[in-house]
Amino acid sequence: MTMPLMKPPRKNPVLRTRQMNLPPGARGRVALGLMAAAAEGRFALQVCADCGALQYPPREACHRCLSPRLPWQAQTGEGELLAATTLAHSNDLFFRERLPWRLGMVRLDAGASVMVHLHGEVGEAPCRVRVGARLDRAGQAVLIGYPEKGTAHMADDTMLREMTSDPKHRKVLVTDGKSPVGQAVARAMAQAGADIVWVGHAEPWKQLPGLAELAALPQVTLVPLDVTDERSVNERAGEIGGKVDIVVNTAELHRGFGIAARRGTDVAKSEMEVNYFGLLRLAQAFGPALKGRAADGATHATAWVNLLSVYALANFPSHGTFSASKAAALSLAQCLRAEMRGAGIRVVNVFPGPIDDEWNQNLPPPKLAPAALASAIVKALRDGVEDVYPGDVAQEWLARWRDNPKVLERELAAGGM
Amino acid sequence: MNTTPQDILAGLALALAGGRVRIVDLTQTLSSEFPAIALPPEMGQCQPFRIEQISAYDERGPGWYWNNFSCGEHTGTHFDAPIHWISGRDLPNNSVDTIPVQHFVAPACVIDCSPQVKDDPDYLLTPADIEDYEAKHGRIPAGAWVLMRTDWSKRHDPEAYQNFDETGQHTPGPSTEAVRFLVEQRDVLGFGSEAIGTDAGQGYHLRPPYPCHYYMHGAGRYGLQCLSNLDLLPPAGAMLICPPLKIEKGSGSPLRVLALVGATA
Repeated sequence: MTMPLMKPPRKNPVLRTRQMNLPPGARGRVALGLMAAAAEGRFALQVCADCGALQYPPREACHRCLSPRLPWQAQTGEGELLAATTLAHSNDLFFRERLPWRLGMVRLDAGASVMVHLHGEVGEAPCRVRVGARLDRAGQAVLIGYPEKGTAHMADDTMLREMTSDPKHRKVLVTDGKSPVGQAVARAMAQAGADIVWVGHAEPWKQLPGLAELAALPQVTLVPLDVTDERSVNERAGEIGGKVDIVVNTAELHRGFGIAARRGTDVAKSEMEVNYFGLLRLAQAFGPALKGRAADGATHATAWVNLLSVYALANFPSHGTFSASKAAALSLAQCLRAEMRGAGIRVVNVFPGPIDDEWNQNLPPPKLAPAALASAIVKALRDGVEDVYPGDVAQEWLARWRDNPKVLERELAAGGM
Repeated sequence: MNTTPQDILAGLALALAGGRVRIVDLTQTLSSEFPAIALPPEMGQCQPFRIEQISAYDERGPGWYWNNFSCGEHTGTHFDAPIHWISGRDLPNNSVDTIPVQHFVAPACVIDCSPQVKDDPDYLLTPADIEDYEAKHGRIPAGAWVLMRTDWSKRHDPEAYQNFDETGQHTPGPSTEAVRFLVEQRDVLGFGSEAIGTDAGQGYHLRPPYPCHYYMHGAGRYGLQCLSNLDLLPPAGAMLICPPLKIEKGSGSPLRVLALVGATA
């Protein structure tokens, strides 16, 4: 049974803040396929298209028939723990600082034998386990052996917490609390056990529905924060940047126009100011402190969440300038991820389809409820997932985009959701 | 009087140097915290004031500090030209670059409505207020600014300054009748206010909507808003210096508004 994580004591300010040493991060090109699936929360292995043999570790040619046709297929992960050991010593700095560390060898029912990090609730070998893939602190895929049936606090396992970004006892900044999504995210973070939820509040003279009720939650503190204002972003980073463990950038400006439907560039510029430059300002101001605290105790800095849009993948012309701003934000978020990964901070990109808010009022359902989006964000943090496509529309667009982006482009040009 | 213009200017220089004429700054500081005018979100928006560093004696420019700023024409303490409103769009010399520069230096009459506004943020200046003022301080001369003192600029908290509730903004301004009286009976140069606009916060519901914009600009007159320090001006006798930026076909601009005030006044 896993003991629930208690709120850690206050930090001793005379001790040096522990710095991050990442676990081994080198992987070959083929092995990155494991990461690509784990980034979305899936465990996939290569299966030979010719002879059906399951492959592990990832490779260029089938270990049985030498076929190069090795597509990735989702795995159930059911298997048997053959052997387990507990590391009491390691020359690798990451593991050295986290000893003891339990490892095991699992024989998957599907065929291969794999090396896994063992969850504390897994008993002695032999026993049944379930294997899943997770991203580790270096952003690389590793395999985890879970108990067949876990207990209530299994997410608090110390090994598993190294792979996830659970908001529990953490301090979270939600950059804009004025939108229904921002408010839903702030509430979800409070419900998930966040210690403090700072909620950005731009243009304080505009009192929007729900804000007063949100501010009444004991975990929530409204802070002046306008992502279009460099000084505002820098001032807030100066005040709270050294305490924020998770940034959730919910600031978004969405107006439904293509090129011809609205004269001028003022609206498109405003979208870029919030959706693209807002992210850039936040990343410059809050990024460094976040990186410096990636190993700061049990509730260290851990993640940066971007509210993007599935329109970032392919332009939806009736929301054309918004799509373009989100595509720019996606590109920047990839840059942010590259810069943060080396410090052990995970960047989570969220790609919702149309959200059920005032700016999608004329759009027929299905539309993603803000509360559902917020739950998806919390789940992604708990599961250590990097890319999230919440809701039916996002899932369907993603499938079509992966199938053939050119075909999707043409379908969207014809208005086809 | 055989005082020459040269004597007048020399006298002014002496008075300024000796402190017998003081200069009062009627301008709010341009900052990103200062509220911007708010329209329904589906409409075009005035960009708020924003400032970003170019360099600050650092690797971006080792020996110097400077910034880029951006804002709409109607940001902070600002000037409204007749072309700003549809009623003034076809007038000659109706934009900030073509307005005769003589109009940028003019006397100001300050009507104190601060007691009324204290009890009623929606207070509308009436013709009776103007008549009261004239009974005490003399007739408003043609070509003068009329400034409505409300002490609204003392609301330093942006929320209190904007004063929104579910029915919109609640800030003082002139009534339709007062505006028409000033334009038609007194031939004023323009109207100035301490709140975010020359019209009241609920001015959209007056007839016509936004009467100060409609009648002032329709008659080729000007507006000044977001003024401060009006409580430091005498009711009559101050001289305003308020040239807007020379923006080609500009509908207005942020500006520094200064008042020359006699020290004994």
